[in-house]
This record gives sequence, structure tokens and C-alpha cells, in this order.
Amino acid sequence: MSAFIQYTLQGLAAGGFYALAALGLAVIFGVLGVVNFAHGACYMLGAVVSAVLLDVVGLHFWPALVIVPILMFLFGVLLERVFVQWLLRLDVLYNFLLTFGIALVLVDLVKRRYGVSGLPYEQPAGLRGQLHLGSLSLPTYQVFVFAFSMLVCVLVWLLLTRTRIGMIVRASTEEPERTRALGINVNRWVTPVFGFGIGLAGLAGVLAAPFRAITADMGGNFVIILFAVVVIGGLGSVLGAVVAGFLVGLVEAYGQAYASSFSQIAIFVLMALVILVRPAGLFGRQETA
Amino acid sequence: MARKTKSAAIAACMTGALVLAGCGGGGPSAGGGKISDDKVVLAVLNDQSGVYKDLSGPNSVEAVKMAVADYQKKYGDKAVASDIEVISADHQNKPDIANTKAQEMYDRQKADIILDVPTSSAALAVAGVAKQKKKLFIDVGAGTTELTGASCNKYTFHWAYDTAMLAKGAASQVKNGGKKWSLVYPDYAFGQDMNKSFTSAIKEGGGTVQQSIPTPFPNDNFATFITKAASSKPDVIGTMAAGGDLINFVKQFNQSGMRDKATLAVGLMFITDIHSLGVDQFAGTTFTDAWYWNFDKKNREWADRFKEKTDTRPSFAHAANYSAALQYLEAVQRAGTDDSDAVVGELEGKKLNDVFLRDGEVRADHNVIHDTYLAEVKKKSEVNEPWDYEKIINTIPAADAYEPVSKACSL
Repeated sequence: MSAFIQYTLQGLAAGGFYALAALGLAVIFGVLGVVNFAHGACYMLGAVVSAVLLDVVGLHFWPALVIVPILMFLFGVLLERVFVQWLLRLDVLYNFLLTFGIALVLVDLVKRRYGVSGLPYEQPAGLRGQLHLGSLSLPTYQVFVFAFSMLVCVLVWLLLTRTRIGMIVRASTEEPERTRALGINVNRWVTPVFGFGIGLAGLAGVLAAPFRAITADMGGNFVIILFAVVVIGGLGSVLGAVVAGFLVGLVEAYGQAYASSFSQIAIFVLMALVILVRPAGLFGRQETA
Repeated sequence: MARKTKSAAIAACMTGALVLAGCGGGGPSAGGGKISDDKVVLAVLNDQSGVYKDLSGPNSVEAVKMAVADYQKKYGDKAVASDIEVISADHQNKPDIANTKAQEMYDRQKADIILDVPTSSAALAVAGVAKQKKKLFIDVGAGTTELTGASCNKYTFHWAYDTAMLAKGAASQVKNGGKKWSLVYPDYAFGQDMNKSFTSAIKEGGGTVQQSIPTPFPNDNFATFITKAASSKPDVIGTMAAGGDLINFVKQFNQSGMRDKATLAVGLMFITDIHSLGVDQFAGTTFTDAWYWNFDKKNREWADRFKEKTDTRPSFAHAANYSAALQYLEAVQRAGTDDSDAVVGELEGKKLNDVFLRDGEVRADHNVIHDTYLAEVKKKSEVNEPWDYEKIINTIPAADAYEPVSKACSL
């Protein structure tokens, strides 16, 4: 029984991280309607930039947690201004292909500059060791990632639902014409929201640096799981991303524990089942299906 | 809204498509005259741009050039091969590209021998070409025992290591107290092969394998796999992961606190892996090494020369490529020709010794056996200079380091 609780805790901890990593994807889709396939590459960039800043200027984990997402936000703004904005009015496929291409370019540039073997990263101070609770124990860092991810998810949710900015952003995307008629400059909000989503991907990358391999390819496999998360949760739904993040984390942990060979397949079986029953995902609005 | 609907559909479809695409991934494998075309051509065919670039790649070409220079220096005017050329190509770890490049090298570029070829499937493809063209192939980078088993042939030699040798080396720590093992392996050809080799080697050595846990490949999150592997309270946890997955595994293993409770054994590791993750993360980890640059004075002298050329320390693959090229040229010298059959005759059954091969011998199945080492990664405080990462715990004599000659092989 204690083994089962241990696996459950691990699943929840992993799920929290998935939720955070998928959050930016959900926000960008919810607001811009862009399926951002460069999300995995931006996650990778967040981790690589952290490792490079640590190596070159000695920037440690804690300041990186603030500075790297800001850099990634600026990068996102640049991407939106230079590329994404021109395709927003066209079929969604165009931006999908564009971001896919951007991902390929980013991965290859990192490979060219930093090779393929992976970059070293330290264990952040204060987060080493394990937390014990009776016979159960979890790595301190894993618990931190979980708590931090939840905090960010709640903040983003509050920002979107409880503040004036969130209201304008949501109105701009749901009813752009009527919002314009009310005297709000809709286009002004598109760029920062895209940057915000990319910043969240970068934040997930910084969190990944101490417990994942930092290589150019690290986002390639990961983005697939993230897409499973947002599809299960309902594209564009912040709450959906969080709930689905936990579901995927749990399914993965139980899979690893009880059916090792099938732990990854189980995630996609779950995705298929959810789409069969609720095509828009758990928290997607039915009319979008 | 229609736009979003379409996006949702695309996202769902592409996720599925990418999953399927991801499933295909895979790990780390003359005529009658004196000298044909008046020139001996050594061709290095390996990964010049991908995951195995650092552990072999362009620096192995440098190592082969060092062997050529040493041969020329030793024999001077008496050298049978007076004109020697070294060429190279990138096979991108793909068997089809390896196949095409090998044909091109033998036919158009007049290569007399192909060296290295990591990635087992690519190595097997090149072995097939070598057999067909009746030209030499010495594999260094690939690990499959097939090369000297069912797929062996007269013109193919396997120089540095194979999965059985890795398992035997690691299992030698059973007698140092590591009796109970849990194995975690990626669920594809290389991982399954390693799991099988390790299980039988550990049993032979008197240990037990409590669990063998397959994992998806590639995989990011090993947390629960590690907890499960630890649940039977093993002395040693062995991972067969490689590349990025190995780093994921080791980082999460360290965070789980298991490092204090069990030894971590890594199936296949190169010194470049330790260098890229940092010695601290790997401290205390054991693995089988085919050669270590700072093992003795002889290795060190060679490693110093290598460093002058490449500005880095050699992995065992670099040293093995040097050794393979040197012993090939020595065989040409003895034979007095670069005729393939004559050179093969000069290699077969020979006892060989050089900076890489200690107590080396070319066996009947063309597996080139030699002393191997059980190594442990040093603590950061024990490291005295860059790349000074390994402590050699056991030297495993050549006779015990490999499986016996395979019955599946008939030359």
C-alpha cells in the first residue's frame, strides 16, 4: 500500500510539471488560436539558456528562474512581431507549419553551437536531498517543482479570469469585433500574450534543467506529451491543462510501476479515450469540437 | 470558432502522428600487385554530426592519421605502403546511408579498409558490403555481438567492445559485494540485448537479478522506474540507457537519494558522457571501460599526443581506431601487399599488443579480445586535472573478458 501511495505522489509531482509546461501552449491557443509546435523548442531553449548563463556568467538557479522567462518573453514578442502576426488571419495550418519550422531551426542552431552531448547543470542550493514522511520519501526538488508549478498555474488562472487585463484578453479573442466596437485595441494584446506563453515554456525549461538532460533534442519528445495533455484537457483551457497534467502524470507513474513497457502508450490510450467520449477534451467547450 | 475547431483537430492528429514517428527511434554499433592503385586508403565511416560525434566522430579520423604517421615514422623507406591516404564520411547512424557510403568508399575512392562505424544496424550493413567486395572492415564503434556471431565474415573484424564484454565487466563486481541487481533497460534492440547479456553474466558470476524493468525509449521521466527498481533493495541498480536518456536517469537517480543505498552501474558509458554531465553527478558509478587514457604511462603519453592535435582527451573509441589502423598497416607490412586475403591472413590468430590492445588476440571469429577494465567514476575532490574522471577497480584479463567463440559464426 505504501508503494502505491509513493507512486501516486510521484505521479502528482510529475503531473504538476506537465501542467505548467502545457500551460503556455493552452494560453497561446486559447487567445491566438495558434497551435504552437515550437513550444518544445522554447522549453529546450529555456533550459539551454539557463545552463549557458550558469557557465558563462555564473547565474544560478534562483535568479535564472526570473531572468530566463523574461528573456524568453522577449524572444516570444520578437517571434510574434517578425513571423507569427503575418499569418494570424490565414488558415491555422500556416502558423502551425511556421512554428514547426521554427522548432526545427532552433534545435539545429543549438546543436551547431553546443553539440549533442548535453550541458551540465548544478543541483540548486536548498533543494537537495529528500523529504521524508513516514516510510514515504520524495526528492525535495520534485516537491518544489510541484508546488511552484501549482502556484504559477493558479496565478495565471487568476490573471485570466479575475483581472481587467484577463477580461480584455478573453473578450478580444471570443468577440474581437464587438470588443473593438467598445473602443479596445484588440491587436495590442496579441503580442504580449504570445510572449507570455513562450515565457511560460522557458520557465518550464529552467525548472527542467536540474532534473532533465539539457540537450537540443530534449523538447522533441516532450512536446508530444504536452500536446497529449492539452488535447485531453481541452485546447485553450487553463483548468483543463492542469487537470489533464495530473491525469497524465498519474497514468504515467502507474504505468511505470505496474506495466513498465506500456507507460508511455497508456498516456495516448487515455488521450484517444477522452477524444472518443468528449471530442473537445475534458474542459474544452463543446461548440469548439 | 471554426478556426479553433480545425486547430484542435490538427493538434490531435499531429500528436498521434508524432507518436508513431517517435516509435521508430533507435540507440547506440587488391589484386596481384604489391599495393593496389599504388596507394593504401584508410576510410573512417562514422557519425560526424549526431549523437556519437563527440565520443568518436572527427577525432577518430585524427587518431587514424596518428597511426599512419607512426607507421611511416617506424618504417621510413622500408614501408610497404609508401603512399597512404585517410578519408572519412558521415553515415548519420543510418544503415542505408552507411551501406551507400561504404560502397562508394570501396569502389570509387579505392578504400582498402573501412574503420569505426558506430550503431549496430549500420555496422551490420557495412559488414555485408565488405563481404561482397572482399575488402577489410574493422568495426570499433558498434556493440552488437552479431558482427562476430551469425553475421560474421572473413573480412570483418570487431575491435574494441561488444555487449557481452560490457556485461562481463560489470558483473565482475559481483565478487566485490554487488550480489543483488535490478536492471532498467530501454525497450528496443540494444537495450534488450544488453539486458540479456547482463542477466546471464550476473548469474554466471554468482549474483541474482531481482528485477528487469523495460522503459520506453526515448523517455524523460524515470522517477517511478527508479522507485520500483529500488523496491527490492538491490546492491546494484544497472541502467542500460544511453545518451540523453542516461543523463535523465542519472539526474533523477541522484535526486531520489538512491545513490546512498545502492551502486549505480551503467551499461555503456564513454568518458565524454561523464565530461558532459559533470563528474559530480556520476560519482561512484561503475561501468566497463575498454581503455582509459590515464591508466598508465603508455596510455598517457599517447593521450598527450592526441590532446596536442584535438585539444581534448581520447575516449576508448579514439584509441581503438588508432590501434585498428596501426595493426592493419603492420599487417600490410608483414604481408608485403594490401591484398585483402593476404592481410586477413596476417591478422588472423595473431597476438597483438599496442597502446590500446593489452594481451590482445584476434580470435577465430574475428573478435579482437583484450584486457578490459571495471571503472568507477571519481568524486569531484579526487579529480586532479581535466578529464581525470576514472578509478580502475579491476583489470579483467582478456581470456575472461569476452564470451567464448560463437557457434553461430562460420567463416
